[in-house]
Amino acid sequence: MAATNGDGTKPKKDRWSAGVSPYTEMGYYDADYEPKDSDILAAFRITPQPGVDRLEAAAAVAGESSTATWTVVWTDRLTDHRHYQAKAYSVEPVPGAEDQYIARIAYDLDLFEEGSIANMTSSIIGNVFGFKALRALRLEDLRIPPHYVKTFQGPPHGIVMEREYLDKFGRPLLGATVKPKLGLSAKNYGRVVFEALRGGLDFTKDDENINSQPFMRWRDRYLYSMEGVNRASAETGEIKGHYLNVTAATMEEMYERAEFAKELGSVIVMIDLTIGFTAMQSMSNWARKNGVILHLHRAGHSTYTRQKSHGVSFRVLAKWCRLLGVDHVHAGTVVGKLEGDPQNTKGYYDTLRENFIPENPEHGIYFDQEWASMPGVMPVASGGIHAGQMHQLLGYLGEDVVLQFGGGTIGHPMGIGAGATANRVAVEAMIQARNEGRDYFQEGPDILARAAKGCPELDAALEVWKDITFDFESTDTPDVAFTPTVG
Amino acid sequence: MRITQGAFSFLPDFTDEEIEAQVRYALGNGWSISVEYTDDPHPRNSYWEMWNLPLFDLTPDESHLAMREVAACRERFPDHYIKVIAYNANYGRQTTALSFIVNRPREEPGFRLERADRRDRTIDYRLHAYATDAPAGQRYHARKNRAGG
Repeated sequence: MAATNGDGTKPKKDRWSAGVSPYTEMGYYDADYEPKDSDILAAFRITPQPGVDRLEAAAAVAGESSTATWTVVWTDRLTDHRHYQAKAYSVEPVPGAEDQYIARIAYDLDLFEEGSIANMTSSIIGNVFGFKALRALRLEDLRIPPHYVKTFQGPPHGIVMEREYLDKFGRPLLGATVKPKLGLSAKNYGRVVFEALRGGLDFTKDDENINSQPFMRWRDRYLYSMEGVNRASAETGEIKGHYLNVTAATMEEMYERAEFAKELGSVIVMIDLTIGFTAMQSMSNWARKNGVILHLHRAGHSTYTRQKSHGVSFRVLAKWCRLLGVDHVHAGTVVGKLEGDPQNTKGYYDTLRENFIPENPEHGIYFDQEWASMPGVMPVASGGIHAGQMHQLLGYLGEDVVLQFGGGTIGHPMGIGAGATANRVAVEAMIQARNEGRDYFQEGPDILARAAKGCPELDAALEVWKDITFDFESTDTPDVAFTPTVG
Repeated sequence: MRITQGAFSFLPDFTDEEIEAQVRYALGNGWSISVEYTDDPHPRNSYWEMWNLPLFDLTPDESHLAMREVAACRERFPDHYIKVIAYNANYGRQTTALSFIVNRPREEPGFRLERADRRDRTIDYRLHAYATDAPAGQRYHARKNRAGG
């Protein structure tokens, strides 16, 4: 495998002479490389600095995310270095963006420790994102081969086990985040939990930043929340749950909180993405060992997932979360208040739920992904959604999803329980209509209006939020435009 | 109270036509149909009594055969909870796809929440179905002279 400059010209200096050589001349670009089934493949969106050759930029990314340093080192010759070098094997211009390219890079499996997202991320997104020769860099997608998938156990329970555990089938699950997210005392907080669950929701949720503050310490919150959960269960005959956030400053503290939640009989606990990949994976092991569902709030992700030219796509984060093992993760609403293009969101949901996801540029999926029977993660839609959007939510997000109506439950004019009832009636009516073969996406407003005739709670919800939409242009959309087919 | 287990408990009770529409949807997806009944509605009661074996090979045109089983189960157990279950045996699921209640006792006394104080303000919660104070089979008042099935 002779290193070339990528344009076929010969190397300017010997591969092993001391000094600086272009990455393309050191074997980090190889147009002829055929990826092995066991390679980890990455698609990077690269924006080179003006004057930097695209192939050299791609080779530099491959080099810095694998074996290279800035200058030739003779100690490479003590290894079978070509085996360990990542290889950029394709660099294609992005349609409509003159300065951007998609570089595909192959990494041999030997570069990664088994079962470690921390290790994988330290390689692939470790140093390279600050590289001076690039103006911007984004990790768009990863192909994780089954060889590596099988070194992880994945979700502690997964969608199928969670549904059997909760005895809830055939409809989206419903939740609500307790609001206001900060300031309530423990007793008031438990009241919101009780009313929302009694009214018809399956879950309530701590928000990401409710941990153990002066106004409400975690232990008190857990006690009152579980009183609410159990009261609601007795009044409905259903399994109910409240995501008790165990996020804390240290693993020791998180384990203590999680153990207490388990002892109180909570079916679910929750962590924030801010605790880091290693802590998440430790909590995943804890959740599997103790039979407690694990909810992940993706707090902080938009700092690196949102901008199209720089960072890490959420579809990559979704893969890491499925591997390290969570049962729930927030993945967008399309219609709510937070960023989420419909096609990209479809790609995220498929990535979390399906066993095989084919390459599909319209959904932002760059590679086939085979999950080798790893259980699916239940996506969670949360943020600015309400009962009047039920047909759209079902249409965009499907059935295996938790729909979380925080304001859309607690802000109901007739009270929290009424808000919960409105959401539950809306989802059941929509599922009934869908199953009866109706075009529920088009007829949604009629279906809801009809259901509201027998349900004053839904009627009031439809009235108060009828004009609420969040119609802003997405910052992150697939490069390939989606053209809806007619008919 | 009204037990709200199952997919459609917040809607008015389904007519037989509405139940059959759901059965057709399930059969159209290649799912099997089964009928289960109980007089112990505790939410952790995973094993309701099976009314015959699941109906594995029905086509969507044969939904009436599933409805016949629903009617027979209702006739035999008019004061039990009865649910229709659609089961998806496909690889990757192999679990219930849809489950909804199609018959209830006339009166649902519900559950008592029992609390046992433990140390450090923790409470041990137990859910107790009032109906299960009586032996199985004698839990809800048997309907006398009930018209129809």
